Amino acid sequence: MTPANTALACENLTVPGRLTEISAALRPGELTAICGPNGAGKTTLLRALAGLEGAALEKGSVSLGQTPLAAMDPRLRAQAIGYLAQHAEPAWNLTVAALVRLGRLPHRTSRADDDAAASAALAALGCAHLAERGIHTLSGGERARVLLARVLAGEPGWILADEPLASLDLGHAAALLRHFRALADQGTGVVLVVHSLAHAMNHADRVIVLDKGRLAADGPPQTALSEEVIEHVWGVKAQWTGPAGARALSL
Amino acid sequence: MTRPVSLLILALAIAVPLSLLAGQVWLNPFAPQAANAFTILAELRAPRAALALVIGAGLGGAGAAMQGYLRNPLADPGLFGVAPTAAFGAVLSLALGLGGLLPLAALAGAALAMAALALIAGNASGQNSATLFALAGLMLASLSGALTSLVISLAPNPFALSEIVTWLMGSLESRSWHDVLVAAPSTALGLLLLARAAPALDALTLGEETARSLGVNPVRLLWLMVLGTGLVVGAGVAAAGIIGFVGLVVPHLLRPFTDQRPSSLILPSALGGALLLLLADCLCRLLPLAGGELRIGIALSLIGAPFFLRLLLRLRSELA
Repeated sequence: MTPANTALACENLTVPGRLTEISAALRPGELTAICGPNGAGKTTLLRALAGLEGAALEKGSVSLGQTPLAAMDPRLRAQAIGYLAQHAEPAWNLTVAALVRLGRLPHRTSRADDDAAASAALAALGCAHLAERGIHTLSGGERARVLLARVLAGEPGWILADEPLASLDLGHAAALLRHFRALADQGTGVVLVVHSLAHAMNHADRVIVLDKGRLAADGPPQTALSEEVIEHVWGVKAQWTGPAGARALSL
Repeated sequence: MTRPVSLLILALAIAVPLSLLAGQVWLNPFAPQAANAFTILAELRAPRAALALVIGAGLGGAGAAMQGYLRNPLADPGLFGVAPTAAFGAVLSLALGLGGLLPLAALAGAALAMAALALIAGNASGQNSATLFALAGLMLASLSGALTSLVISLAPNPFALSEIVTWLMGSLESRSWHDVLVAAPSTALGLLLLARAAPALDALTLGEETARSLGVNPVRLLWLMVLGTGLVVGAGVAAAGIIGFVGLVVPHLLRPFTDQRPSSLILPSALGGALLLLLADCLCRLLPLAGGELRIGIALSLIGAPFFLRLLLRLRSELA
């Protein structure tokens, strides 16, 4: 993966009815989790960070390094930021190899280079054996990993994924989280929308908590997901139990 | 070259010479020819075959692109409402007794439809643009259909009425090299624009949001689609009237033989559309019919609709 040398930052980001004055500077090499109740604006924030909310922004901006995303060539932006949408149901029954190669679209490199990058991405996620299968014939878990392989094939400096663990069983979710951790350790900026607060607490370096479109907390998981914050944002009295790195939330 | 493309080229290489020989007067290449054989070949059958190839290729290719754009196997190049608007222009010219200007009037109608779509495109942000344009096309088609019916009901005499109704059924009968010259350049340009859209159509497989994250500019894609399908469909209507079905069924039939990316389907669909229209036109020539030739629009629906229904029945579990 190409290391992300540049920070991804948003300032006073406002999308009418969805986000209000969100500012955050995300650092490469960190695994950042975005948490919050349903309708808090998590997906909107992720889309804005990926440069996909351009027309909807009322004010504020998102920058990669010193360059505002709105001023970037969409192809260069796509090379730098890989985005995994929440519901990306492929319309056609593409082979897995062809689908993963789509991640190379912004690069305009040779077919051999694209094939090599797609194979490496599939191998990294343990999906090499699925390469010739049709995407519609895969199980939910296999499909989720293949769709993520599509993002990895683009070798982006930043990976922004909207609930990538949603359709995965415990084992595959744990494997994917380990993979995201490894990517972050190699210098890639990883930003995930996650619903499981335990996943965020145990695996993220930093947690951004949104509530009704506003920033409710931002910092290391221990403080951003404290029991007080959870009670305030989710309205639930909960208690963290267990040792660091394997904490569980008891209601 | 992929296998389906090679096979389709081979099939065309066989079908084109055969189509030139087939008709009410059969030409035997191994026997001494009648005096008018060369005229039949050069002035009647060759331009007709060329026109079938051009229009079929345009409709097939545009159908594959449109299905990719709308992410729907039931999409058709006529969905933007260009064909009915072009037909309205043509019908108006017939009603006014300006049949000589028909191709020009049809192309003007197509341009009008594209201009109307462009007005909407000017304000589109790109989000959900495919649905927006399918709806806009539906409205254009509905309006043009109503206007065409109005012109028919106000036809000045029974001859004009008959001419209009017959023309609307679509035909390649009595077409000349002039018609080929009308249709070929705009079809070629349209297909070229659609080929330019192909990588973006591939990205659209994963939805509009993912396509944008891959660097696709949805407004540019929209323009390519409107102009590409507009040129192809406008040229087809100008030269041969309304010919449906090719753009719907050919990509659908060929998709299983490709890797299913829209970009890998455009060329085979263009070749398949050319082959289908050529064969259907031969059938029209060969079937004896009291009132003259069978109209190709009718022939395609008669052959194609039951075939397509059978295909749907076979695939229904897959589509459900």
